[in-house]
Amino acid sequence: MSEIKINVMGETCPVPLVEFRKALRKAEKGDIIEVVGTHPASKKEIPMAVKALGSELIEVSEEGENWKIRVKK
Amino acid sequence: MEDKSEEVKAQKATIVVQSGDMDKLYSALIIANGCLSMGMEVSMFFTFWGLLRLKKGGLESAPLSKMHFLGLGKWMIKRRMKARNVRSLEDMFQDYVDLGGKVLACDMTMEIMGVGPKDLREDLISEYCGVGTYVNEARDSELTLFI
Repeated sequence: MSEIKINVMGETCPVPLVEFRKALRKAEKGDIIEVVGTHPASKKEIPMAVKALGSELIEVSEEGENWKIRVKK
Repeated sequence: MEDKSEEVKAQKATIVVQSGDMDKLYSALIIANGCLSMGMEVSMFFTFWGLLRLKKGGLESAPLSKMHFLGLGKWMIKRRMKARNVRSLEDMFQDYVDLGGKVLACDMTMEIMGVGPKDLREDLISEYCGVGTYVNEARDSELTLFI
């Protein structure tokens, strides 16, 4: 099991969602994916994608404009 | 290795891309990539002016549907997009193909316009086909769009 980190700080629609999806496709079952970004809508939309794809949302946290999402495939 | 289990009951989206305008291609590709990112399968059927954008250098030369102003409007919009980190059409198209999106090219348009596979971006195209293939894809899609 490995941990994959994606940084989409400053990126806008649809980049955070697309980069998250690319990482999830490459990940093995059980891997942890951590995404950090600033695009406000993606903070809600990545968890929607996680649900639709049947993965597990571990954590959504924010600090000012920055957010961090952790997902287990 | 890709885990196929997550794709078991994938819903489907089919998008007809008839327009060759830059702004409409952005709409089509953003929606398509959003669908792929959220676990759907996507087919994009390129016809007429849309098909011409699959020619080599075609994506780059797409005009704006409004306020093109001989390229000045497009230059301004592109500058603003770049400042806000919006990806280029080329990069979005690459994302689309990387995420498994299908690109269908309308063969009748190719005949009318005198365009052969050699003139087109064969690296992006999955299939050359007619309306039957589109209907077959669209009939079991949850989402169909004409752009």
